[in-house]
Amino acid sequence: MPADFQSTPFRASADRSVNFEVRVLPYLDAAYNLARWLARDDADAQDVAQEALLRAFRYFDSFHGTDARVWLLAIVRNTFYSLRSKTSPDGMHESFDDDVHTITDEQPSPEARMVLATDVISLQRALEKLPHPLREVIVLRELEECSYKEIASITGQKIGTVMSRLARARERLKTELTQQPSEARRHDVQ
Amino acid sequence: MMCNDARLLLHAYLDDELDAAQSVAITRHMQGCATCAADYADYAQLRKAMAQSSLYRHAPDELRKQWKAPERATSPVIAKPRRGLVGLAMAAGFVGALLLVAPMWVYMQHQRGGDTSAMVGDAVSSHIRSMQQQHLMDVVSTDQHTVKPWFEGKLDFSPRVKDLAGEGFPLIGGRLDALDGHSVAALVYKRRLHVINLYQWPSTSTTSAQDIAQWHGYTVIRWASRNMQYVAVSDVNEDDLRQFVLAFENDAVSPPMR
Repeated sequence: MPADFQSTPFRASADRSVNFEVRVLPYLDAAYNLARWLARDDADAQDVAQEALLRAFRYFDSFHGTDARVWLLAIVRNTFYSLRSKTSPDGMHESFDDDVHTITDEQPSPEARMVLATDVISLQRALEKLPHPLREVIVLRELEECSYKEIASITGQKIGTVMSRLARARERLKTELTQQPSEARRHDVQ
Repeated sequence: MMCNDARLLLHAYLDDELDAAQSVAITRHMQGCATCAADYADYAQLRKAMAQSSLYRHAPDELRKQWKAPERATSPVIAKPRRGLVGLAMAAGFVGALLLVAPMWVYMQHQRGGDTSAMVGDAVSSHIRSMQQQHLMDVVSTDQHTVKPWFEGKLDFSPRVKDLAGEGFPLIGGRLDALDGHSVAALVYKRRLHVINLYQWPSTSTTSAQDIAQWHGYTVIRWASRNMQYVAVSDVNEDDLRQFVLAFENDAVSPPMR
């Protein structure tokens, strides 16, 4: 190793860096994806991802688990919420009460079912409208393909909470994406 | 089961998070309840829509470069704090130092290729994931007449299922999986102590030549036949896997079994 390396106070072993590269950096896209969906803005997402990776590198020695992706995503999530509370003190008051957001009971009758708009633009809009607690679970589930257990450990929730939030997220998306009935009615529901 | 329970559970069913008994209960409920069945269809459609790859936000090159490709000569990359969102100044110094001490960070880069190798990589990671406990099979059976009907209603196509025990590749089960943005049927075969995952989903191309790739010690063979796309993945040697594909395709002309 060149001499200048010795002088830096941050001199880490090459092993550690390689280890970090091999175990954590493959999830760079996953980290950014979650950050982007939470922040809803490219530049903010980049800051969040960047800061999260720095934290991850700093605490890498304390990572003894087996699933680096879950570990990293939990850091991304925490980073996002902690940065957000710093920048907009009132932004944190999007409190989420699991009891209030119960599943609505009105269901269209099967005959009146409508067609879902499933183009990327509509989906993106609908997703960005979801409150953070619902958005994070659906993004982790559908885009990151995490299991309930993984989502529970990333978000620090119980599996039951994950399940009901996912249900609510999907119900909301469905409502949001439901198009006005036109010629496209469904007759094929038995 | 009541609709109220079903409305929660059908999500878990969609997510493949229910045990066998619950799965049976929910399927039964949906057979008798048009509303829940239609809901389920909507959510399945929603899930499919969310698999559109453009919804997934990949890390921008800028970020990737900061973490992945420090050439020895380049000066440390300084991430500048923006709009006070982060107290990043310190962190930036840290990155700089980090990049300096990590000249070996380059070699991961070349693993990322175009779509093809990403697909191969996906197939292999799906295969590896499937080997983790309790994930390999949703339906355990050596009987193709059990495995095939199991997929019914879970996929929007009917997968081709064949037992190849006679050729030395006994069928041991199947499961649902996702690959390349599709819901796919995964059939699980054995070759001695090795596991072979065979993924299939509908495709527009009727036939295509086999494409063989090696990935970290795994062999991946992809081909299309009769409007189905197939991907076989295993750690058996390449010849064995070719033989498996040959055996699977062998009586492709015989009438599909029911």
